[in-house]
Amino acid sequence: MSRRLLVAVFQHEDDILGVTRAAREAGLKIVDVYAPFAVHGMDRAMGLRPSRLSRVCLIAGATGAILKLWFEIWTAAIDWPVNVGGKPWNSLPAFVPITFEVMVLFAGLATVAAFFLVSRLNPFRRVALAAPGVTNDRFALVVEQTDAGFNAPWVRGLMERFHAVHVEERVEEAKR
Amino acid sequence: MADTLPVLAQPLIAGDKSLARVTEDVCRPMERRPGALWWLAFLAAASLLAVGVAASGYQIATGIGTWGLNNTVGWAFDITNFVFWIGIGHAGTLISAILFLLRQRWRTSVNRSAEAMTLFAVICAGIFPVIHMGRPWLAYWIFPYPNFRGPLWINFRSPLAWDAFAISTYFIISLTFWYIGLIPDLATARDRWKPGLRRKLFEIFSLGWDGSYRTWHRYEMVYLLLAGLATPLVVSVHTIVSWDFATSVIPGWHATIFPPYFVAGAIFSGMAMVLTLVIVARKVMNLEDYITVRHIETMSKLVIATSGMVALAYATEFFTAQYSGNHYEQFAFLNRALGPFAWAYWIMTACNVAVPQLLWFRKIRANVAVVFLISILVNVGMWFERFVIIVTSLHRDYLPSNWANYRPTNIEIATLAGSFGLFFTLFLLFCRFLPVIAIGEVKGVLSYGRSHAPGSDRKVAA
Repeated sequence: MSRRLLVAVFQHEDDILGVTRAAREAGLKIVDVYAPFAVHGMDRAMGLRPSRLSRVCLIAGATGAILKLWFEIWTAAIDWPVNVGGKPWNSLPAFVPITFEVMVLFAGLATVAAFFLVSRLNPFRRVALAAPGVTNDRFALVVEQTDAGFNAPWVRGLMERFHAVHVEERVEEAKR
Repeated sequence: MADTLPVLAQPLIAGDKSLARVTEDVCRPMERRPGALWWLAFLAAASLLAVGVAASGYQIATGIGTWGLNNTVGWAFDITNFVFWIGIGHAGTLISAILFLLRQRWRTSVNRSAEAMTLFAVICAGIFPVIHMGRPWLAYWIFPYPNFRGPLWINFRSPLAWDAFAISTYFIISLTFWYIGLIPDLATARDRWKPGLRRKLFEIFSLGWDGSYRTWHRYEMVYLLLAGLATPLVVSVHTIVSWDFATSVIPGWHATIFPPYFVAGAIFSGMAMVLTLVIVARKVMNLEDYITVRHIETMSKLVIATSGMVALAYATEFFTAQYSGNHYEQFAFLNRALGPFAWAYWIMTACNVAVPQLLWFRKIRANVAVVFLISILVNVGMWFERFVIIVTSLHRDYLPSNWANYRPTNIEIATLAGSFGLFFTLFLLFCRFLPVIAIGEVKGVLSYGRSHAPGSDRKVAA
C-alpha cells in the first residue's frame, strides 16, 4: 500500500524540535525526523521509547562471560589438565581477566550487530535522502497524511509557523 | 544575552559556525590535494617506516639474537616499546569513552583523532610481542583453537595469555567504537562528494545512513553502551599489562601498586601524545576554531593531574621498598636512582614529575608552542619510565654473579624508529582521507552555553 507523506524542511534545531513536539501534540503521525546530528531532546519530542539495545548488550555480555568461563574450566581442568606451578586445575581467580575481556567483546560486537540489523544499515543500502542537506545543515520532518481528519492546510500552516523553508507532498510506494 | 548571563560557559567552538560551515571546514582538507607540508611529513614518516620494515625483516630472518639481550636482561627494548605504545593508546579511549560518560562536551573536537591515535598506537604495540615470538608466523598459537597437538590448550593462568586477549579485545572494540562514530560523517562526506571511487567507498562504508532520527536514537544508545564497555576495558588492558610484571617475583616488579600506577601513566603519556598530534593537526589543517586554546588548556590540566598520580606512584614505590625491610627491594630502588641506569631514572623523573609542573601556569598552558614541547618531553619521560622499570629491575637481581648490563643494538633502535614511522604514516593517511573532527558531534555542541544555535537570528539566516 502506498502512503502519502508530507515533508517539511527546516534550518534550525529549535524549529525542528518545536514543530515535532507540536505535530505530535496535534496527533499527526510522525514517520521520521531527519537531522545531521543527534538533536538533544528529540527523542522526547518524537515520543520514542528508550532503545532496547541495552538488553542485547546485557544478554550477549552474560553469554560471552559464561561461555568463556566454562571453556577455561573445561580446557584447564577437564580436557587436558596441565600442572602449572602447582596451581589448582580450576584456578578461578586466574580465569577472571580473560572472562572479562570476552564478555566485553561479545557485548560490544553483539550490540553493534543488533544496531545494524534493526536500523537496516548495511553496505548495500543506497538511500534517497528525505531532503537534500539532511546530512549537512537541514532538518526534515516527515508526517503521514492519514485519510481521516488530515487537515492539509492546517498542517502546512503549522510547518510555516516554525519557519519551514520548504514543504512538499510525496507519495511513497509500498516497501518491498 | 552575554551581559545577563556572564556565568555561562564560553562556546566550545570559536567563530560562530553555521552547520554547513562545519561540514565545509572539516571536509575541505579531504577534498583538496595535500600541501607540501603534508607530503614532507608523509615522506619522512614513510622513510622511517621503511627503516623499521627492513629492521623487522632482518631480525625475523636472522632471529632475535640480533638484539642486545642476554641471560640476565631477557626483556628490554622490545617490551618497553610495547608498553609505551599501549599506554599511548589509552588516552584515546579516555577521551572517547570516559569523558563521554562524564559529559565533557569539549571532547567532541578531539575524540576522532584521539581514537584514531589509539588504533594506530595499538597496531604499533602489537608488532613488538609478535616479533619477540621469534616465529611470528606461529603467532596464532597464543589463541586457543582445536589443534593437532592434543588438543593442547593454552595456559589461561598466564598473564601473557591475558595480555593477548586484552589487547585484541581492546583493538576490536576501539575499532568498532571509532567506526560507529564515523558512520554519520561518512554519510555527510558521501552526500557532498563528486561521483567516483571515493564516493563509492563512502557509500559502502556509510552503510546507507540517511540521518533518520529513529536511527540516531538507537545510535546514541549504542554509543553509550560502547562507552560503558570501553571504560572498564581500558582500565583492564593496562592493568593486565602491569600484571605481566607484577605477577613475577623480580624486585621492583612484584608490587601491588602496579595496576593503578600503569593506568595513570598510560593516560599521562597518551594525553601528551594527543596534545602533540592535535597541536600539529590544528595548525596544518586550519582547525584552530575547532581545537581551540581552551581545548589545549583542558588537556594540559589532565596532563598535570595524571603527572601528579605518576609522581605519587614513584614516591610510594620508593618509600615502600625502603620501608619493607626487604634487602632486594631496597637495593632495586637505590640501584635505579644511583646505579648504572641512573641517567635514565633521572630523565624519567625530570620529564614526568618536574616538567609538567610548568602547566600550572595559565600563561604556559595558553602558549601552544611550549605545551607542544612539554608534551614531547612527557613522552620521552614515559618511554624512559618503562625502560627503567624493565631493565633496572632485571639487570641486577638476586645473585650478584648474574649481574649484567644491557645496551640496545642498532636493530632494536631501528625497530623503535620504524614504529614511530608506522604511527605517523597511519595518522597522516587518516588526516588525508577521513574527517579528522567528528562533524556530527561538533554540530551538537555548537550551541553550547548559548540559548540559541548560532545563526538563529532569523533575519540573517533568511
